[in-house]
Formats: sequence, structure tokens, C-alpha cells
Amino acid sequence: MMEHLPALMIAVPLFGAFTTPLFKKRQNMAAIWALVITAATLGLSLLLLQEVLNKGIIVYVFGANKPTLVLPSGYRVPVRIIFEIDAIGAFMALSATLMSFIGALYSYSHVEMETGLEKYYALLLLLEVGILGMVLTGDLFNLFVFLEIAGIAGSALVGFRNYRGEASEAGVKYLIVSAVASLMVLFSIGLLYGQYGNLNMAYLSKQIHFDTVDMIALGLLFVSFAMKCGSVPMHYWVPDAYTEVPAGINPTLLVATYASLYALFRVSFSLFGAITWNMARVGWIMSILGVLTMFIGVTMALVQKDVKRLMSYHAISQTGYMLLGVGVGLTVLNDPAKLSAFGRAAMAGGIFHIINHIIYKSLLLMTAGALFYVTGTRNLNEMGGLARKMPYTTIAFIVGAAAISGIPPFNGFASKFLIYETSYQLNPLLAIIAMVTSVLTLASFVKVFASAFLGPPLEKYENVREVPKPMVVAMIILAILCILFGLFPNVVLNKLIYPAVDALIKLAQYQSWGGLV
Amino acid sequence: MNFTLLSPSGFWDPVLWLIFLILFGIIGYIIYSRGNPSYKQNTEQVKPYLSGNAEPSKEKIMVRAGDIYWGFIEALDEYYVVLKRMHTGDLRDYILWYLGIGAIVLFILVGGV
Repeated sequence: MMEHLPALMIAVPLFGAFTTPLFKKRQNMAAIWALVITAATLGLSLLLLQEVLNKGIIVYVFGANKPTLVLPSGYRVPVRIIFEIDAIGAFMALSATLMSFIGALYSYSHVEMETGLEKYYALLLLLEVGILGMVLTGDLFNLFVFLEIAGIAGSALVGFRNYRGEASEAGVKYLIVSAVASLMVLFSIGLLYGQYGNLNMAYLSKQIHFDTVDMIALGLLFVSFAMKCGSVPMHYWVPDAYTEVPAGINPTLLVATYASLYALFRVSFSLFGAITWNMARVGWIMSILGVLTMFIGVTMALVQKDVKRLMSYHAISQTGYMLLGVGVGLTVLNDPAKLSAFGRAAMAGGIFHIINHIIYKSLLLMTAGALFYVTGTRNLNEMGGLARKMPYTTIAFIVGAAAISGIPPFNGFASKFLIYETSYQLNPLLAIIAMVTSVLTLASFVKVFASAFLGPPLEKYENVREVPKPMVVAMIILAILCILFGLFPNVVLNKLIYPAVDALIKLAQYQSWGGLV
Repeated sequence: MNFTLLSPSGFWDPVLWLIFLILFGIIGYIIYSRGNPSYKQNTEQVKPYLSGNAEPSKEKIMVRAGDIYWGFIEALDEYYVVLKRMHTGDLRDYILWYLGIGAIVLFILVGGV
């Protein structure tokens, strides 16, 4: 079984997605089935991560024994669909499967009153398939196909509550933004195929010679994935989508966003990694987009009154930290002295922030979903005094808010600490903007805490009670992860993050499998 | 198990932080426990004195989210005018921003800068 792990990572949730509609008449069975499938995929991703950490890059070819299979004509380039899984791919796969499981658990109660749940869970599993395909594949066209699967499933889920006009509008917006980005990705893939006659990323990264056509392809891929990951000023779809999507889907949709960030990193480091004269420029573009993203995101969050919209702007803001951390690493990628002095740690901070942010932002969006579940509104002006009524949600919110604001000893602090210090070494202004953003983040969450949870109990909420147990359990699991990742950052960094960083930096390792010509 | 996170020019030890947190927690508790012992919850004592006027309803006196940071937002009014103008909610603008940024990035990468 172990040798077919990469295929199972796709096959299991895909099987789950196609069989879930069979539970149309027993919708809670659809929820349980989705839980079983997401739990099984989570187990598989843990095994996959262990395999990659122990044995190095896994190359899996669909329909052949070896990746080096050549055509009878002697055409000696890899053919067929190839998955190439290194530590960063396995890390992203673990994030996707963990959040899909947590999302399915939370959804069990959160959407139980909705209709069409068999479609909801089928789409959740399809979204998981799309993300997993994006982070595991070694083939550019495959990346496009899975990007499309994730985009279509994601937009259907954003518009799931189609009895609300806003949800339908957000779903259509997400669909069109995804389609435009995918179209441009496909166009760049076409350019590269026209140039080199192949779409395998490891092969392409060896062949690429950075003429004008290649640079156009790089530019289009870069901007398209930057829009899909919500980078400012192409972030407008994020608040629409994150606000309207049911809170149980928020964790998986977050990972889908970061699968695009992963694709951006993969394109920058692996596909175009050998580029030397331009890489510092790409790194600076990424860093500047990062600080713009974090600052504009947080200042927009401060003025929001809709609790989920506020948190969605924070999701944009936090993406800026990831772009900044990895951007700093990319800027000094071809300067070995600076790379070892602070570049590698900067990238570790950026990638560590991905998992940290996925955990605490999912937690916060779930607490927002819990507030909506009990009050029926997302308007903070209409909330107040809920801490006494919802003690577990309150604790979960405090942990999430402290983590996102970078307060020690929660997980957000550890990654931000690395990002502040390393970005300061590239340019102090970058670190100052990052720190100011954290202060504003804290201010924004103090506002949410004061207006929703503190204050005297309101008469209209006299009879509200804590949310059902599955929702509480999902939130508590994430709150515990926030604390554990904050208390043991070293363990996470050494076991998970630095191998992922090295997978991005060591281009030769990515290119070296299977005796490529 | 090593708890210390080493960074390029420093370190971070969460256990040390926890020890300080517990220490300050104890100090805080000592101060709290020395407070006025005559305080009793849910009695007349805790009701606000409003010169003999009746206490308004909680809904009327609560500080709403829209009121928090009012001064800050007023001070940055011009910045927010620009930001709000950018956030039109119009899908065509979303795509225009994408095309604009795409053009700038291509200009930088293809050799314009």
C-alpha cells in the first residue's frame, strides 16, 4: 500500500466525493461518511509525510512502473502523469487533510439545518481533492486541472446558502476570479509547452533558459497565483468568499488559498529557481506585495462591523506575512552567505506562518460561525455579553485572537518572531510595518472581543446557549494546536518546516530524480 | 526535549515565558485577594448610582463595535476614503486590478526596469 500512497491521497477523497450523494435521503450519514473519508485521508497524509521525511522525494507515475519510461520513438522525456512529493508538498497535504477533517467535524452541527447536505459534503471532498492534487503533482497541466477542480468546488461551496443573495454573488465572483486566473495559468502553460514540448516541472526547470517568452510565462503564473492567494491589490474576492462560505468550509477554503500560495512558491523556487539575475527582483516584488497586503488588510479589518468580514480581511493581512517571509528568502536565494545568515530562517518563518495561520484563522472563523449560529447575525453592533453564555467559544476566541496578534506563547508569535527578525536584516522598514500590523491586529480583535463577548448580557440573547458539541470539539482541537505549536515551535520547525524550506531551496534535489535527460 | 527556538541572532524560550506568566499570575492573585472583602455580587451594592434616575436598558448603554476606535478612524479619514474607493465590490474592478498588476510585473520581469 505504501508505494501507492500518492495515488490513494487522491483516490480516497475522490471516492468519498462520488459516493456521498448516495446518502441523499439520510443527510447525517453523509456527514458521518465525509468525516470517515477525511479522517482516512488525514491518516494517509501522516503516512505520506513520514515516508517523505524518511526516504526523501517520492516520485509516483500513474500507469507506469518508472518515471523514466520513454516512447518507442526514443523520445527521452518523462511521459504520463507524475506526482512528485517533497517535504513542502507533504506539509501542505497534511494541512489540507487536517483542516478538511476539522471542517467536516464542525459542519456536522453547523449546517445540520440546511438542505442539500449530500452536495455540501461531496463538494467539500472535491475541494480537498483539488488542493491535494495541486500540492502533490509534478506536472504543470495537472496543476491547472486540480486548480480548476478546487476553484469550481470552492465557488459552489461559497454560494451554498443560495437563498441568500450575497452568497450567490460571492460564489459567482469567486468562480469568475478563479476562471480568469486559471485561464492565464493555462496560457502560460501553453507558452512553456510551445517552448519545450513538455510539462513536467522538474524537466522544465532544467531546460528553461529565461528568454522573453519564459519571463512572460513567469509573470503570468506569478500574478495569477498571487491573485488566487489573496495578495493586495488583487484581494477583493477574499472578503466576499470567506464571509459567505459556511464556517465549516472556511478551514478547507483557507488551505485552498494557500495551495495557490504554494503554487506561487513552487513556480518561483522550483520551476524558475535557476534564474539568477532576476530572482532578487521577484523576491522584492513578493516582499513589497507582502507588506502592502498585511497593512491594507489590517486597516480594512479595523473598520468592519461584520465579524466574518473583519476576520476575512485579517486572512488577507496574514497572507502578507507569508509573502514577506518567503520573499525575503527569495531575494537572497542566490547569495549563499545571506541565505544561510537569515534567508533560510525567513523562509521558515513564512512557511511556519502558513500552518499557524491556517490553524488560528480557521479557529477564529469557526468562532465567528458559532456567534452566527447562536445569534443569527454577523453584525458586531448587535452582539454583546456572550462570554457568559458561550464559555468554550470565548476561550477558543481568546486563544485564536492572541495567536493571530502574535502574543506569546501562542503559535503566531513563533513564526512572526522569525519574520520580524529576518526581514529587519533585509530592510528594517519591512520589519517595522510587520510589527505595526501586529499591533493593529491586536487592536482589531480587542474590538471584536469587547463588542461580542464583553459587556452586560443582552435581553435578546437571554436564552442562547453554547454551540453543539461537535462544533466545540473542532474549536478546542484547533485551540490546543495553537498552544502546542507555540510551546514547541522548535519541534515543528525541525520536523516539518525546515525540511519543507530545504525542499524549496535545494532545486537540484527536485530535478534529480529518475535520470532525466 | 529542546524548547528553545533559535533565530539568526537570538532565541525564544516559551518555557521561560510560561514561568514568568505563572509568576505574574500569582502576584496578580495576591493583589486581587487583598481587595475589599465587603463586595457582594448580585446585591444593591453593584447597581450604578445615576443621581436617582432609573438605569437605562443594557442595549442603550452598551458600547457598540461601530463606536470603538472612532477617533482613530476619523483621524485617518483621508486614507480610508481612498481605501473604500478601491473596494467597490464590482467584479470588473477586481479583474482590472489583476490586469494592471500583471502589466507592472511583466514590465519589471521582461526588462523594463
